[in-house]
Amino acid sequence: MSDMRFTKDHEWIKVEGDTGTVGISDYAQHALGDVVFVEVPEPGRKLAKGDEAAVVESVKAASEVYSPVSGTVIKGNAAIVDQPGLVNEAAEGGAWFFTIKLSNAAELSELMDRAAYDAYLKTLE
Amino acid sequence: MSDPDTPLLTVPLDSLHRELGAKMVPFAGYSMPVQYPAGVMTEHLHTRAEAGLFDVSHMGQVEIKGAECAQWLESLVPGDIQGLGIGKTRYTVFTNDQGGILDDLMVSKLAEDHLFLVTNAACKNEDFAHMKAAIGAKVALRMIEDRALLALQGPKAAAAMAMVCPDALSMTFMTIRETSIAGIACLATRSGYTGEDGWEISVPTARAEDLARTLLALPGVMPIGLGARDSLRLEAGLCLYGSDIDTTITPVEGNIAWIMNKRRRAEGGFPGAAIIQKQLAEGSARLRVGIQPLGRAPARAHTEITDEAGNRLGEICSGGFGPSADRPVAMGYVPKAFSAVGTKIKLVVRGKALDAEVAALPFVPHRYFKG
Repeated sequence: MSDMRFTKDHEWIKVEGDTGTVGISDYAQHALGDVVFVEVPEPGRKLAKGDEAAVVESVKAASEVYSPVSGTVIKGNAAIVDQPGLVNEAAEGGAWFFTIKLSNAAELSELMDRAAYDAYLKTLE
Repeated sequence: MSDPDTPLLTVPLDSLHRELGAKMVPFAGYSMPVQYPAGVMTEHLHTRAEAGLFDVSHMGQVEIKGAECAQWLESLVPGDIQGLGIGKTRYTVFTNDQGGILDDLMVSKLAEDHLFLVTNAACKNEDFAHMKAAIGAKVALRMIEDRALLALQGPKAAAAMAMVCPDALSMTFMTIRETSIAGIACLATRSGYTGEDGWEISVPTARAEDLARTLLALPGVMPIGLGARDSLRLEAGLCLYGSDIDTTITPVEGNIAWIMNKRRRAEGGFPGAAIIQKQLAEGSARLRVGIQPLGRAPARAHTEITDEAGNRLGEICSGGFGPSADRPVAMGYVPKAFSAVGTKIKLVVRGKALDAEVAALPFVPHRYFKG
């Protein structure tokens, strides 16, 4: 198992081989509140790092989920589309948003590890 | 509107909100609780199932006194204030010379020579200046700055009130009474902004926290923030000033022409009356309607509305997810020809035209206590 890496926009990615699994952080789901709608990308969609890849909405607000890396979408997580509330229960686990075949693994080095992300969250308080 | 550089004002219950774990946000120049740890969804559903306590102390409270105060106020609003009974409350608006809405407000008649107004926080200073300039020489106006305003709302509000203010149970929807809640002198109106039964309670600042703690200790009552207040009022089809109605929208366009009775429609005598009377006779070009997105994606304010061929009709004024409706709900402006319930429309959300239809308001039935 590889470690999760995080963006400043509160996405995480976990990479095994050339496949990444992307979701939003526990901090993000907590800040959003009760998630009521999720939209995930279609398989085959090409994404550049930072592109809007998915949507997550709470009662009050809509937020974009940006792709932490460049690549091609393998699949979206249908479970969170059917049950958006799962994002509140398991943001950093089963409620991942999509999987992606990385086109440039070097981009991973630009992301934060858990310790750096935790330190970053402290600056937001 | 408030200057972003001005420090935020605090409400009398500020420390209580923080003690309760509220997330405080800037709203209309005040630091206000947007939600408590329970979260918007739980707070919303709890208010519909039991009872919620809202702090709306940022809103404007105004007293108007004078022998002909009702008549003078009528020169600024299209509602029937002279005909309002003593002890009764009415919803109305201030209009401008174009018939647009400067603010919406509640007017209560405590005596023939004594009115009590509740106005929006973001508009309260402009409203007061407007009244002062127009009728200040004819009536005595006072901005009430030494009172807080709480709202107790929900199907169990009456059972809670029964324990601390049995007197209030004989009130019906849209009535006002000076009463005492657990020994605290209050001015209570049986009204609210959720579609549920309940009271709005004006209380001296010095006793506001005592009252809030007393009400929160009653069975079924939990604190509710502005987030759930917004989703509750949206499901109830109630207008939010600045989103659903504003200076460019008349009461006819806003679909609140019911605020005008036969006499005021005929007589006019308020700013913009000629324009509004023409719209009453001929209909307005556009109308606020309920909009039901048919999928799961919420359509937020400013989402474009089109016809089925993609021609622009207007935009969403308020929209989001309705926790009690358990689906997205919205309101928006469409041309009159597209305003019939059931009319198929499209909502352009993130570039995609999603199916929706014009829907009856409210999305969740009102449950007011009418006696």
